[in-house]
Amino acid sequence: MKSIADIKAIRDKMQARIVNRDNSDAELETRIVVGMATCGIAAGARPVFNEFVDLVAAKGMHNVKVTRTGCLGMCKLEPIVEIFVPGEEKVTYVKVDPDKAKEIFTRHIVGGQVVSEYLIGEQ
Amino acid sequence: MREIALNILDIAENSVKAKATLVEITVTAENNVLTVTITDNGVGMSKDFLERVTDPFTTTRTTRKVGMGIPLFKDAAEMTGGSFGIESEPGRGTRVTAKFVLDSIDRAPLGDIADTAVTLLAPGIDFVWVYTVDKRSFTFDTREIKAELGDIPIDSPEIISFLRNLLKENIESINGGITI
Ligand SMILES: Nc1ncnc2c1ncn2[C@@H]1O[C@H](COP(=O)(O)OP(=O)(O)OP(=O)(O)O)[C@@H](O)[C@H]1O
Ligand SMILES: [Mg+2]
Repeated sequence: MKSIADIKAIRDKMQARIVNRDNSDAELETRIVVGMATCGIAAGARPVFNEFVDLVAAKGMHNVKVTRTGCLGMCKLEPIVEIFVPGEEKVTYVKVDPDKAKEIFTRHIVGGQVVSEYLIGEQ
Repeated sequence: MREIALNILDIAENSVKAKATLVEITVTAENNVLTVTITDNGVGMSKDFLERVTDPFTTTRTTRKVGMGIPLFKDAAEMTGGSFGIESEPGRGTRVTAKFVLDSIDRAPLGDIADTAVTLLAPGIDFVWVYTVDKRSFTFDTREIKAELGDIPIDSPEIISFLRNLLKENIESINGGITI
């Protein structure tokens, strides 16, 4: 069974990577933000969050963060995911589910192309 | 909500919004009662506000006029023949307690505590989860994890993934084959 003691190994692995990386990297962090107020949670934000986390972790992308936020003010369109890529305008995806999350990850986060089908107004 | 764990997430989100730095969540299944408490050291609520807080139209939200988190949790507990309560003190914090009758047919499943807990991980706030079934107990304390992590942020995707698995394994072992 995994325990806190295992964290040391992961930490050492991650630290080795950070040492090799440029300081300016922090500003070049992509953020995937999932809306998690009551409306988002009820609509299925939690599996979307965890899907993104696993995809980023599996690829070992150290410059991508997945975070949650409160109400994004459009309850009917939840789960809502905002993507912040440094130097680019914010992109808002609506009615996201784990399958769409996979697609957004592959095409947008990895591939750099906005997935226009899942944008607000397209739903 | 389809899972009590989602109600818990929603109530914990209130603690985050209330600027808590420490949130303790206990989930205890014992003698046909499932007791959930969420205790924070956030801004708290005035006596007057607290009296109205289970009303859906009580909210400090600006994005919409209803607040559903507390009313939904209250209903979910009371529907099973259980109970619900909130204590709060301005400047000190808040405790929400919900009791569910375990064998009630109106009780939602507890759901996935591991999936839930990891969505809350963040650098500026600590969580303590105490999960107990029939006196078998597991404690997950982000302060201990952060001490081990040093300068690696607890919300790095690789860490979140790892901690979710750690939680899942430990909760399964506490459950001892039953589903709550
Ligand atoms: N732990 C807490 N500390 C301080 N204030 C709280 C706490 N929990 C709830 N409140 C107050 O009670 C209000 C109602 O909470 P409730 O969860 O029912 O709705 P909400 O958070 O406003 O919206 P929603 O949950 O639907 O996203 C909140 O807006 C907040 O002002
Ligand atoms: Mg709420």
